[in-house]
This record gives sequence, C-alpha cells and structure tokens, in this order.
Amino acid sequence: MDQITLTGQIVQYAITGLTVGSIYALVAIGFNIIYNVTEIINFAQGEFVMLGGLFMVFFSTVLGLPILPAFGLTIGVVVAIGIMMERFAIFPAKDASVLTTIIITIACSILLKGAAMYGWGKDPFALPPFTDCKPFLVLGAALFPQSMWVFGTTLVVVFVLTLFFKRTRFGRAMIASSDNPEAAQLMGIDVKTMVMVSFGLSAAIGAIAGIVITPISLMEYDRGALLGLKGFGAAVLGGLGHFPGAVIAGFVVGLMESFCAGLLSSGYKDAAALLVLLLALFLKPSGLFGSREVLRMKRF
Amino acid sequence: MCKQRSFVVWAMGFALWMVVAGLLGVFAAPDAQAKEPYKIGAIFSVTGGASFLGEPEKKTAEMIAEWVNAEGGINGHPLELIIYDDETDPTKCNVAMKKLISQDQVPVIIGPSTSGTSMAVVGVADKDQVPLISCAAAKTIVLPVEERHWVFKVAGSDIHVSQRIFDHMKSKGISKVAVMTASDAFGASGREELLAFAPQYGIEIVADERYGPKDTDLTAQLTKIKGTAAQAVVNWSIGPTQVLAVKNWRALGMDNLPLYQSHGFGSRKNIELCGKDAEGVLCPLARVNIGRLLADDHAQKKVIMKYTEAYEKKYNEPISSFGGHAWDAMYIAVKALETVGPDRTKIRGFVENLTGFVGQHGVFKFSAVDHNGLSKDDLEMVVVKNGDWAIAR
Repeated sequence: MDQITLTGQIVQYAITGLTVGSIYALVAIGFNIIYNVTEIINFAQGEFVMLGGLFMVFFSTVLGLPILPAFGLTIGVVVAIGIMMERFAIFPAKDASVLTTIIITIACSILLKGAAMYGWGKDPFALPPFTDCKPFLVLGAALFPQSMWVFGTTLVVVFVLTLFFKRTRFGRAMIASSDNPEAAQLMGIDVKTMVMVSFGLSAAIGAIAGIVITPISLMEYDRGALLGLKGFGAAVLGGLGHFPGAVIAGFVVGLMESFCAGLLSSGYKDAAALLVLLLALFLKPSGLFGSREVLRMKRF
Repeated sequence: MCKQRSFVVWAMGFALWMVVAGLLGVFAAPDAQAKEPYKIGAIFSVTGGASFLGEPEKKTAEMIAEWVNAEGGINGHPLELIIYDDETDPTKCNVAMKKLISQDQVPVIIGPSTSGTSMAVVGVADKDQVPLISCAAAKTIVLPVEERHWVFKVAGSDIHVSQRIFDHMKSKGISKVAVMTASDAFGASGREELLAFAPQYGIEIVADERYGPKDTDLTAQLTKIKGTAAQAVVNWSIGPTQVLAVKNWRALGMDNLPLYQSHGFGSRKNIELCGKDAEGVLCPLARVNIGRLLADDHAQKKVIMKYTEAYEKKYNEPISSFGGHAWDAMYIAVKALETVGPDRTKIRGFVENLTGFVGQHGVFKFSAVDHNGLSKDDLEMVVVKNGDWAIAR
C-alpha cells in the first residue's frame, strides 16, 4: 500500500481548491462586470458557464472542429446569447427598478437552463483535456495538466480585463457609465451600448470558464445554478465590483471547500465556504476589498 | 372560380364524412365473440425529473400489452392497459392512483416509477385494498410488511447491492473499505446500508466521505481515502459524480484500490463518459443489463434476450434496467389475471404466493414477509473490460 503523506495530501487539497477556485473567480468576475456597469446582479451568470461547456462539446465533439476554432465559435455563440438576453429582456425594462431587473435575470436563467435541457438532454457530457498527458506528481500529489489550463486561463483573463478597464478608453467609458450614467451620457458616452457590451463581456468570461472546466468536471444542463451561487459568494466576499477581490475570494472559497472536505468532513464542505462568506460579511459588510464609501453610493 | 372552390370544399367535406363514418362503423361493430376486457392500471413518471425511468417503463408495458392482445388476450379477454403520467409529482401520482381505483376500476396497478411517488400512494393501496406492484427501489415501499399488505415491488433494494459488494470484497480478502456517497437520497440510502452491513461481513469502514450531487471535483475526498489504510473504495451516486469518481481515482493513481460503484453505474453511457479510465471498475448489476453475457443455460437468459431483442428492434434504443421493472410488474399482473381473474383480493393473494417467477431482474420468490421477492443472488458482479461489461470473477 503506498499511502500518501500528509504533505502530499495538503498539496493535493491546495491544487484542487485552486482549480475549483479559479472557476468561482471567473464567475465572480462575470458578476462584477455587469454589476459595475448596471448595478444589477445577473443571476444567469452560471448559465453562461454551462452554455460555454455544452457548446464546446457540440463544436469540438459533435462537429469535430479543432480546439481553437471551437473555442472561438463557442465564445461567439455565448456572447450572442448574452447580448440577446440584454436586448430582449433587460433593455425593454430599462425604467424598472434594480430589483425588478435582477428578477428578470433569474427568469433568463431558468429559460436558458430549460432550453439547454431541451437541446442537449439531461445527460452529462465529457470533453477531452486540451493536452493529453499524464498528471505530474508534486510531493506525491497529482497535478492534472487541465488544472494548469484552468489556472493559466484565469490569470490571463484577469490580466487582460484589468488592462481593458484601466488603460483603454472603452473600458474606462464602461466604468464611467456605472459611476454616474447621466454624467457619462453628457460626456458623450453611449451608456446603452456600454450596458450591452457588459453583458457580452460577462457571457464571454462565463463561456471561457465553462470551456476550461468541462474536461475536468463534465457539464450538464443544470450545473449553472450551483456555480453561479458559489461565484456570487466569491463576488460578495471580495467586495462587489472589485476585480482582484473577486479573484482572491474565488480562491479562498475554493480552498476552504477542498481543505474542509479533506481535513474535516466532506459533508460540511458547502457549509464551510458559505460560513466564511457570512463571517466576512458580518465583520466587513462591504466585502474583503470593497470600500464602505463606494457601497453607500450604489443603489443595490 | 368561386363555384369551383365551393365544389372542392364540398368534395372534401363529403370525403371526411365518409372517413369518419367508416371509422365509427369499424369501432362500433359489435363483436359477439369478444369478452369484457381485463384492465391493468399503470402510473409512470413519463415526464418530469424521473422521465428516464418512466419513459422506458411505459414503452415496455405498451409493448407487452400489444403482445398479449396479439396472442388473443388473457383467457380470451382483451387486455386494456390504462397508463397515467404522474410527471414525477407525488401529488399527481396520488390523484392518478385514485382515478384508476374509482373511475377506471382496475383490479391491479403497476408503478409508480420512483420511491417518492410510490410512498405517496402506498397508503391509498392499503386503504382501498387494491394490489399495487411498484417499480421503485426504496425498502420502505414494502416495509413494514404489516402496513403494506397490498403493496409489492419488483425493483431490488440497496440492501442486496451492498451485500453483493461485500460478498465480492470478502472473496478477494478485502477487509478495510473506504465509502464515498453523494449527499442526495440515493447516496444517503446506500451509505446507510453499507454502514449497517459492514460489521456482519467483518469489514471495517475506514473512511466515510460525502459530497454534493453537483460537485465538480472529488480529488479531495479520494486524497483523504488515499491517506487511510483502505484496500478498496465504494462510490455510491448517480449522475456525473460517478464518472468524476472514476476519472479522479485513475488520475490520482489509485489503481491498487479497486473501485466499486453502486448499481447506479449500470449504463453504457457511463463507460463512454469515463473512456479508458473505466477499465477495472466493478459494479453489481441486475442481469437484465447484461443479457448477452449470461451463459446459455442461465435461468434468465431466454427471457432477458427476448426483451433485449424485441425492445431494441421496436424502439431502436438500448434497453434499460428500468424498463425491466415494468416487464416484471406487467407480467406478474398478467399472470395473476390469467390465474385468478380480475378480483383484487385474489390477485393480492396470488402475487404474495408467487414463487419461481423468472423475470428481468431475477427469479422472484414472494412470501407473506417478503413483498419484494429478490435477493442479493439476483445481482451479478460485473467489471469494465475493453470498454464493455464482463462478468467479474
């Protein structure tokens, strides 16, 4: 019997936690983009992840396309769905309160889930890993190549997004439209377009998360809700609207889950992650990195 | 122009009238030879969450009804099968049950498909004294037997599955076992039986891990198991997590700890999803799943092959073990009607004393204390070999 050492176990839990945490982080970022521009929480964010995974299965397994074109097409389709959702469901209700709009996103989430069930059926689907090789062994723990893909993709997405929002005119215009829509409009920013772009961008990030996680976890039509919930937890923990906060909080939630499953009891895994969230909100309601002043200015 | 059109309309109307009249004539023609039909009521979850159970059950029951009628019915009485869809909703199931009893006045009811819907109607069966042959698994459907006088079930129990797994482990000299189960009803029931029967088999449970049915990764649980003295792993879940268990088990290099899955793994779809990682995974299955592997002289070989071939030909899809439940329930009901006629009390008595009925899920031996009639010997331990099932030694 080759039993694994305690160090090996801890490394394994860390790897698992960071992999799952990356996905939570990506979902949380998706929440933040839309929140930053519109102040609404898009509860269909998890469905974008599910759609990303399932469309990737469709393009790469069913149509047999190579990974890169399938990747591009998947993101294209999911972005189109995100934009359509904004055009046909969110935009017509532009005078409604933030809370009403949030409820509309819940309706969209149910609709997308139902459509996916109709289109793909209820069975889970698998996707081959991007690079097919044996897991590496780190201190007795197994590191799957796909985990590295997940991790790497998250870092690239965060880096590119930070550049986009900090350095480009368009990104800064998006931030401006959220801070003060009227002022932004007066400065010549087309706020309506910004809202639409924010949905497209969130959908793209959700799709990326779905594509990279499917080889590890499989994907089926009703996976979105739970991922969305965990991602929302990470977004709140990190401070709504705060990108580095979302990433760190995503990792914290993922690590909490995997260490709790490994060292305490796997039955309490989900409770542990939510407990951290509750504690953090109790002690610092604006989230780990959010600021109280910014929070006070928001409507929701 | 206008005249022409009205002529066409008249002609079409006349043709339609002729067709309707003709059809009515066919159906209304009194047949002096026909005896009154024998009815069987059925409730299946054809739509809703458990449609993967109800759909093949409905198809199987309809196929059998066609066969029986093609062969001249039951003692000359045509068979009338009345199927209601409960949409996997216990309330609707209850309504359908009452409708079958008071409106359709059926002498025997088969189904429902799930444990949840079955539990919603076992009380009705006992109160109104109608024999019910459930297609669901939970042991509480027929236990305690004093309160389930009128209720039978044709699906095996988790008890049999866990006993079969421990039997196999014992024959391999395994005494320390890690258990991982999903935290849904299916996993919880399996966990309960595994923990309850382990001491009887001299097996020590060294790890007892649980996870959510929608979890995306099980490496943490498996890593913990790797750190214990376990000699084998039992995973008990349905859906994607049982595929994840196989993938993560293989990726962590745990080949020296044999992986046993519950009967939930018994679909070829799971082997496909696991790919080559599934090689060597063990699971106990009802023989209906593996008809082609059985020896020619096996008692169930003939009946299983008949079902497998007929169903695949008729519906162009592989059989499932769930459709097998409908086969067993349906033929028990037909046999009862054939022997004792459409009398509720007599049918109940017939089923309770039925032994040696060779069905899809085993050779049933009902008795006053056992309204299930199956045992662990009705399961076969199989192993994944070259991407297909093989009988495990």
